[in-house]
Amino acid sequence: MKKIEAVIKPFALDAVKEGLSNLGVQGMTVSEVKGFGRQRGHREVYRGAEYQVDFVSKLKIEVVAASSLVPEVVDAIKEKAWTGQIGDGKIFIYPVEEVIRIRTGETGEDAL
Amino acid sequence: MNAADTVFVMVSAGLVMLMTPGLALFYGGMVRRKNVLGTLMQSFMVLGIITLEWVLWGYSMAFGPDYGGVIGGLEWFALSGVGTSPSPDYGSTVPHLAFMIFQCMFAVITPALVTGAFAERMKFSAFLLFILAWATFVYNPLCHWVWGVGGWMGRMGAMDFAGGTVVHISSGVSALAAALFVGKRLGYGTAAFIPHNLPMTITGAALLWFGWFGFNAGSALASNGLAANAFVVTHIASSAAAVSWVLVEWRHRGKPTTLGAVSGAVAGLVAITPASGFVGTTSALVIGGLAGLFCYGGVLIKGALGYDDSLDVVAIHGLGGIWGALATGLFASTAVNPDGVNGLFFGNPGQLWTQFLTVVVTMGFAFGMTLLILKVIDLLVGVRMPREEEVKGMDLALHSETGYSF
Repeated sequence: MKKIEAVIKPFALDAVKEGLSNLGVQGMTVSEVKGFGRQRGHREVYRGAEYQVDFVSKLKIEVVAASSLVPEVVDAIKEKAWTGQIGDGKIFIYPVEEVIRIRTGETGEDAL
Repeated sequence: MNAADTVFVMVSAGLVMLMTPGLALFYGGMVRRKNVLGTLMQSFMVLGIITLEWVLWGYSMAFGPDYGGVIGGLEWFALSGVGTSPSPDYGSTVPHLAFMIFQCMFAVITPALVTGAFAERMKFSAFLLFILAWATFVYNPLCHWVWGVGGWMGRMGAMDFAGGTVVHISSGVSALAAALFVGKRLGYGTAAFIPHNLPMTITGAALLWFGWFGFNAGSALASNGLAANAFVVTHIASSAAAVSWVLVEWRHRGKPTTLGAVSGAVAGLVAITPASGFVGTTSALVIGGLAGLFCYGGVLIKGALGYDDSLDVVAIHGLGGIWGALATGLFASTAVNPDGVNGLFFGNPGQLWTQFLTVVVTMGFAFGMTLLILKVIDLLVGVRMPREEEVKGMDLALHSETGYSF
């Protein structure tokens, strides 16, 4: 099993969620984060004073899937979160040691 | 006693009262999230404490029997002798208590204005001592000089219909003294201090605009044509200033902003305050329009001069008040108020000089006294929050509360 972590533009969430559920992915965790890569921040103006705000709002999606499903999950995210503009985000893949469903105690891929 | 006048003065007192929580929201939205409650708390404490101060000795010092043109005595301590029958000198057609409570709301909001200068870094005990001392030793005398019977500025012919000098110049200049004495916030100049809740600020500004009708029109102390004039010119000046600030900012910084729109509106309201019972509608348009421009400039100068007047009390209330007081000397017309005099544009240059003198003396007095008061308080309890507390934020450090738990 692997964890796929994707930092994406916030408005892409619905499309990515739909793409993943079409693949049979049954759950995900989403958090609101700030970050930047090559995308510059933006300028805010308050009473004549300019501020450069470097951090941009993003969403982080975390999905754990069977290793065999990982390439399709990555492709789905890449397709649905793509705009072509700087700041589309990144995907990271980590190995997962164990998964346990709290309610039933199931482990491994049964717990996904 | 006149029923219509009485209703009007009491309703106006209610409107002015609303301006203090309005100010709290206006300021609260502009500070950082960790200081929102601390900022709101200051305005609410001013309401409580200065009301008590006012009804005990403040009203008597400001409006009581005159001593040397300089101060009122304590004959009316705890409102002794201040009852339901009208005072012959103050609001002669309304209960004396109604006039007193109307003035109470002015006495409350004025020190509340000063808090903007030392936002986000003042010790709570020092703040309580400061507002009490400032109200007693700066506001009360100044109020007596301009509006008290026998007060020397009033006798000199100073025209201040609703508080350009007494409220705005005093608080604006005191804010400058306070900002200089208390020093800059940690991180000022390097970190970005961005308003954390502009919708709150805008709500506060709306309440201020609304309440200001009581502030200015109510100062006619009667339900009459002069009150209507004050009401209308207040609205015109505010509108003109909001528009002019937005236009200037758009040109200067490339974007029109909501903070600019409401700051402009407040600047216009400040400027028209002393003039509202003396100038006509077209004059109000000019006064307001220029207030937006001048006060915007005042905000920019702050950056150049390098003091941390966190919420721009100096630029908006100080500069706006000075412009308003001088504008009264320019635009006043006996056609509007036969009990006033004409200003320079209506054939009487002398009034401008009187206004100028009033402005200068007020500035010197407020500045000096504020520094003195802060020095004493600093020796007694220390004025500034310790560094770690300032970083932690007022809400947790001073009040053990969090503003937003979602």
